[in-house]
Amino acid sequence: MNIYVLLKQTFDTEEKIVLREGRVSEDGVKFVINPYDEYAVEEALLLKEAFGGTVTVVSVGPARAAEALRTALAMGADEAVLVDSEGREYDEAGVALLLEAYLREQPADLILAGNFSTDTGGGQVALRLAERLGIPHASSIINLEVSGGKATVVRDAEGDAETLELALPALFTAQQGLNEPRYPSLPGIMRAKKKPLKQLAAAELGLTEERLAPLSVRAKLALPAARQAGRRLSGTPSEQAAALAQLLRGEAKVL
Amino acid sequence: MGQSVLVVAEVRNGKPRQVSLEALHIARRARLPDDRISVLLVGHRLEEAAELLLPYVDGAVYRIDHPRLEVYNPETYASAIGSLLRDLQPRLVALGHTAFGRDLAPVLAAKLEAGQISDVVALEGEGAELAYVRPLYAGKLFETRRFSSAGAQVVTVRPSNLPPAEPLPAPGKLETVAYVPPDDLRTVVKDVIRQAAGKVDLTEARIIVSGGRGVRNAEGFKPLQELAAVLGAAVGASRAACDAGYCDYSLQIGQTGKVVTPELYIACGISGAIQHLAGMSRSRVIVAINKDPEAPIFKVADYGIVGDLFEIVPLLTEEFKKLLASPAS
Repeated sequence: MNIYVLLKQTFDTEEKIVLREGRVSEDGVKFVINPYDEYAVEEALLLKEAFGGTVTVVSVGPARAAEALRTALAMGADEAVLVDSEGREYDEAGVALLLEAYLREQPADLILAGNFSTDTGGGQVALRLAERLGIPHASSIINLEVSGGKATVVRDAEGDAETLELALPALFTAQQGLNEPRYPSLPGIMRAKKKPLKQLAAAELGLTEERLAPLSVRAKLALPAARQAGRRLSGTPSEQAAALAQLLRGEAKVL
Repeated sequence: MGQSVLVVAEVRNGKPRQVSLEALHIARRARLPDDRISVLLVGHRLEEAAELLLPYVDGAVYRIDHPRLEVYNPETYASAIGSLLRDLQPRLVALGHTAFGRDLAPVLAAKLEAGQISDVVALEGEGAELAYVRPLYAGKLFETRRFSSAGAQVVTVRPSNLPPAEPLPAPGKLETVAYVPPDDLRTVVKDVIRQAAGKVDLTEARIIVSGGRGVRNAEGFKPLQELAAVLGAAVGASRAACDAGYCDYSLQIGQTGKVVTPELYIACGISGAIQHLAGMSRSRVIVAINKDPEAPIFKVADYGIVGDLFEIVPLLTEEFKKLLASPAS
């Protein structure tokens, strides 16, 4: 089975966001594989272990994104492809175009991605890609089983569980709970250094910067107003509980 | 000649969801003087929802009504809507940022070669100048975006952030759109298990009682569930509690997991890691209960109680029971 995983490198979710000259500062920031994409990588590896085949991880990102691809190789992926976006700000439509141009030429049976990225969080790229490639998709899946050219998945739809059967090739986006991503092992990390990591430029995929021009642009960035710490209650536990109930009704007016 | 501004509405129990009225608010703000506002309904038995939405359009309420569309199927819905979009060539399509809209919008955007701005929480300006405010990093930062191409636009709106649209003076018309089920379907819906009735959905809950590592084990959620039952609240959890296996991942609140904005958030035994704060710090009122007086959660809490949640939470349950038995003055 030929499995492709779409992967984005994101800030670790424990990072604070700092603005410097109107941009998000990357100084000293720890980068990780987008947590939802990590589930996608893990699911691809589980499928490979069950059915054989290859797992290729693909990212559109700046040079630093190669680190995240290396981590996926260390987890067990076979090959990695980085479509270079250094210095450019593609929107989701542009990233989907780049991925389409690459994946159209690949013999993919299955494409896996995260449900959304924890940074920009638009949740568009993978689903745009499925539509552009003309393959079916299921988003936000919490279970995946493959047999006989078909995949049966359970989709988490705001708490409802929808079971869908899709003919392969198809694309799936991973929701939390799909699996428990593995950590790269030390031998895995050593092996990853020798695995192929191919770099591609937009021009090599036959796309011009004009075609990739963003369809929406950022006008402003702003940090939310910081919340002020309120008051600590005092007294015995019973007194505090009684005081809280009264404050929530009288002062906060939420009860 | 004006264009269409189209809301793809969602129906729940035969009625339009509130978020669809909020998407209609975007349609009103985005329209240019000659544009017409229309609504599209896809599903089965849509008569009541169509009637209820009629006052909000001055274009049409389009209805694609077919037994085969009774449950959401990404493939059938996208193809049914796709053919209408080709005829209508809307300027803008707005949907809720819900399970339905999150799945459908990017597909429609790709069909229309449209830009999409997802998960909108506020608007600035109107018409051609309309700008959209949306969270980044789950709300650690906010960006304002504008469309920059002359082509079609797709927007999804986060529920409960924008006001619902007001009715329009000149009502539109009802239109039925024929649906021909495709014969080469690659996606089949086998089963749908609806969430237990009466269970409050985290993202729509008015009150959330949430537990962290401090609950110690799955059993430790029990007092929280009892408190939630008294308040009609939903139960949530921090990543630490989910990772430790105390509860299901569907309860997780944070940068991974769900972002919530309830009226009241009661954090029990949650330290307040940055990624958790990103998911809940826009709650209107926050209560923190934690043994550790230095826990970062107290920095965002309106009311803090330093103490053992296993002692405090049952006392709160009793106090709230008493309080709710007496009417608010």
